[in-house]
Amino acid sequence: MSGPLLDVRNLSRRFDVSKPWLNRKIEGLERLYVKAVDDVSFTVNRGETFALVGESGSGKSTIARLIVGLLKPTAGEIFFDGQSLAKGLNGAEARRLRRRFQMIFQDPLASLNPRWRVTDIIAEPLRVFEGGMADRERRLRVGELLTLVGLSPEDGVKFPHQFSGGQRQRIAIARALAARPEFIVCDEPTSALDVSVQAQILNLMKDLQREFGLTYVFISHNLQVVRHMSDQIGVLYLGRLAEVNSAAGLFAAPRHPYTRMLLDAVPDIEMTGRGRRKVEGEIPSPLSPPPGCTFHPRCPLANDRCRREVPHLRAGVACHAVEEGRVPA
Amino acid sequence: MTEPLLSVRGLTVEFPTRHGILTAVEDIDLDIMPGEVLGMVGESGAGKSMTGNAIIGLIEPPGRIARGEVLLKGQRIDNLPPDEMRAIRGRRIGMIFQDPLTSLNPLYRISDQLVETIRTHLPLSRDAALKRAIGLLDDVGIPDAARRIDDYPHQFSGGMRQRVVIALALCAEPDLVIADEPTTALDVSVQAQIIEVMKQLCAERGAAILLVTHDMGVIAETADRVAVMYAGRIAEIGPVRDVIKHAMHPYTAGLMGAIPRLGENLDRLSQIPGAMPRLSAIPQGCAFNPRCPRVMDRCRVDRPGLLEPVPGRRVACWLYPEEAQA
Ligand SMILES: Nc1ncnc2c1ncn2[C@@H]1O[C@H](COP(=O)(O)OP(=O)(O)O)[C@@H](O)[C@H]1O
Ligand SMILES: Nc1ncnc2c1ncn2[C@@H]1O[C@H](COP(=O)(O)OP(=O)(O)O)[C@@H](O)[C@H]1O
Ligand code: SF4
Ligand code: SF4
Ligand SMILES: [Mg+2]
Ligand SMILES: [Mg+2]
Repeated sequence: MSGPLLDVRNLSRRFDVSKPWLNRKIEGLERLYVKAVDDVSFTVNRGETFALVGESGSGKSTIARLIVGLLKPTAGEIFFDGQSLAKGLNGAEARRLRRRFQMIFQDPLASLNPRWRVTDIIAEPLRVFEGGMADRERRLRVGELLTLVGLSPEDGVKFPHQFSGGQRQRIAIARALAARPEFIVCDEPTSALDVSVQAQILNLMKDLQREFGLTYVFISHNLQVVRHMSDQIGVLYLGRLAEVNSAAGLFAAPRHPYTRMLLDAVPDIEMTGRGRRKVEGEIPSPLSPPPGCTFHPRCPLANDRCRREVPHLRAGVACHAVEEGRVPA
Repeated sequence: MTEPLLSVRGLTVEFPTRHGILTAVEDIDLDIMPGEVLGMVGESGAGKSMTGNAIIGLIEPPGRIARGEVLLKGQRIDNLPPDEMRAIRGRRIGMIFQDPLTSLNPLYRISDQLVETIRTHLPLSRDAALKRAIGLLDDVGIPDAARRIDDYPHQFSGGMRQRVVIALALCAEPDLVIADEPTTALDVSVQAQIIEVMKQLCAERGAAILLVTHDMGVIAETADRVAVMYAGRIAEIGPVRDVIKHAMHPYTAGLMGAIPRLGENLDRLSQIPGAMPRLSAIPQGCAFNPRCPRVMDRCRVDRPGLLEPVPGRRVACWLYPEEAQA
């Protein structure tokens, strides 16, 4: 089939963070909203990895939860394999679609039921989506899945707390794969792990992608990890996409001033002594973001237009200076 | 030759538990020269924080220093009575932790905490101390310091709070700052700024730094030399560029290969099998032997000591012959 597997269009989500009604009345306060995700659009091709990268609070997890249906969008639409996920699907349809995508979280312990044995945890999606499966067959499948992620079938009788952090993430991956999905949203899957364990999990995720033709949305705050894992990258700043490009293109020639700043902030572990600009300022409060381009207080290229007018994504970059050809190479 | 500012000799920290005595840190030997930045890197549980805490006398009982000594300018500080040790902390050794609220009391204004710390350690009037405090906040990059000094910790962002902690650590002009994962909770763009401030201010004042972190990138940016820790011991120690570019210990080499890079896109990362052992199950011989691609028979039996096969570089590994020792 052709066309992207995932098509996210003008997705927005705000959260009401107002004080309770009575306090608002007494203190004369307005309702207060956080625009966690603001007009975000991107597409993900089959078999590829699309990474979302950004600092904390940039809206990464909110987008992940919107995609898998844990949150409803305030505006915008998500199409999976050409079908809109927002339009109320009927029961059977929703179920068919839902088994095609899965999610992996940063903290596997929080997403694995501590009182269940690993076998039952991994078998759960099979019970939901393949109710007709015989017990014996299901046990065999769980054993296969455990082997696939580098654990052993005997590990099935244990409980999550008996494993290390990396092993728990393997269990979460086995569970995500149980119903043979095509698409997995991974929210900071290795951020809690040590680098040597992270390397094992990243390698495993790449192997599984190749073997099963999986499509990933891979979320991370770590640019090196994103560089390693992805085909396409979207850079988020305060809920909006600053830049979208191929991984190779983004790192070879970052265009948005924020992308450039982020790259310059990454420690130079190769000790190449590459020239870098000093990082300025901090991310403003999402409760009162600056007008116009929200990056303007930190941007060396900001001008009056930037302080007034929100830049929209054009040819992969949301920046007036880029559009006006004011960005030095 | 100049004398080391800090010398740690054979430092060993133990924890008695119901299942016997656990050795969290064993036989740590290192020197920090005046004004030097020594990095200490390793994965979680390697014993980095425990080493830093042992140096400043902050091991929580029943944990204890079982062997070894810590010398500050040649004077032993590991066996001082608690009040004398307290006077050294803050005055001669400043501290920065991952969570700024370890150092900052959320109930007090920044001004009160800075002034109190300054006056505890230095003979200054309240006004003079306040002036010094404002100057320090200015130095660490807090805009509008004279006004912000009367704010409470929660009124600062995470990055700004860590700047305040740096000011607090430096306010009595210590000779050494121990920074334990000072940027781990921060976003990368804030981390870059904090590292810069810490490095610059310590350099200006001639303060040495023991920088504890799990992040080799932070070490590369900051340290002069680095000690790589594994399972409570130093695996290797040497000039940071040498260790990063030409690791001698197989664990260091594995660790470096496991880190994804911006500059290159390898299809697969090199991978060390398994994970660091728990304290209760540290293998006999070299603690790294079950994961080591170059393991030999001897590694499973005898523990390698920290030798110096190349001048200035020490490594605990049987690949390097003892006779090569200088
Ligand atoms: N349930 C919620 N209620 C209120 N605010 C929220 C909620 N979830 C997220 N936010 C806010 O939305 C913004 C984006 O958060 P998030 O998507 O978690 O970012 P990231 O994953 O990039 O760190 C943040 O400002 C966060 O505080
Ligand atoms: N109070 C304690 N009792 C027993 N063991 C402890 C205690 N605190 C830490 N440890 C153990 O000591 C080892 C070293 O810990 P730590 O120095 O905190 O590691 P790092 O800072 O390198 O992550 C770990 O295995 C940890 O589990
Ligand atoms: S739109 Fe203006 S302020 Fe925003 S990034 Fe571009 S140049 Fe900077
Ligand atoms: S001593 Fe042996 S097992 Fe340990 S790191 Fe060296 S070669 Fe490997
Ligand atoms: Mg998140
Ligand atoms: Mg620690």
